[in-house]
Amino acid sequence: MKILINRYKYFLVLVAINIVINILFPSVGQKSLDITWANTVDMLSVIPPIFILLGLLDVWVQRETMIKLMGEKSGFLGVFIAFFLGSASAGPLYAAFPVAGVLLQKGSKFTNVLIFIGAWSTTKIPMLLFEASSMGWKFMITRFFINIPGIVLIALITENLLNEKEKKYIYDNTASLN
Amino acid sequence: MFTIFMYIVAFSFLFLSYFMDKKKTLKALKKAWKSFENILPQFLSILVIIGIMLAVLSPEIISGLIGQKSGWLGMLIASLIGSITLIPGFVAFPLASALLKSGAGFMQIAVFISTLMMVGIVTIPVEIKYFGKKSDNTEK
Repeated sequence: MKILINRYKYFLVLVAINIVINILFPSVGQKSLDITWANTVDMLSVIPPIFILLGLLDVWVQRETMIKLMGEKSGFLGVFIAFFLGSASAGPLYAAFPVAGVLLQKGSKFTNVLIFIGAWSTTKIPMLLFEASSMGWKFMITRFFINIPGIVLIALITENLLNEKEKKYIYDNTASLN
Repeated sequence: MFTIFMYIVAFSFLFLSYFMDKKKTLKALKKAWKSFENILPQFLSILVIIGIMLAVLSPEIISGLIGQKSGWLGMLIASLIGSITLIPGFVAFPLASALLKSGAGFMQIAVFISTLMMVGIVTIPVEIKYFGKKSDNTEK
């Protein structure tokens, strides 16, 4: 019980803040609750398939296969798969991190996992369609092509800034989490 | 639409997996649940923060700060507001188009959208949990 409260302490504090807002400014508080509820429903409807696929990926895909597809020597294919996996996903970016953890555990190259996260955040296919319908095709296509080199650049810079020790720490870290 | 497609894909694989190896499938589902439960506290916190933020910062307030004539300062403000948290695209784009209608500038909105979806101070704890501090800072 104590562990449970400790894990959810930030959430509980935030709920308390929302209740205070609700008492002081009922309309703002109510609006906030409505938005939170709508987003929660959205999240819960999008997320289950992601985690099911994550579980299946973990159980069925051999480490050797993953190394071949996205590992150190995967080259252009690895980058392509990383972009594809990230873009073909659905759901908020924070759902990408557990998946990224599994990819790392299975022996993917660090840069490819970073590209995967970048793609997940900005070049998701369903999101692009949605973006086109609310902002117009011109806006969407321009942003898409400007963001792709950005994603690769961020991945390469991050990779180069981390030394071996730090990378090992990240690998060990994801191992304990997953 | 796409969500339904994801469900179909996930459940097809699940059935195939079950057909081939029941034990492994059960293990996969356990893993799925564990990963989800592991990150649930952060998920819930982020949802509440987004709710409070969107309720407090109305489109009128934001577009006042990042209007068409706000220039570089407006873009800076847009990137700062956008960086507070990660907002899922299906919330971000309607918000952005509402902002445009209430007078925000296109350049500022482009910055706002990119940081909204990519950079999230509030979601940093989740990222740090998986990637450690340094890779997180450089991603920002």
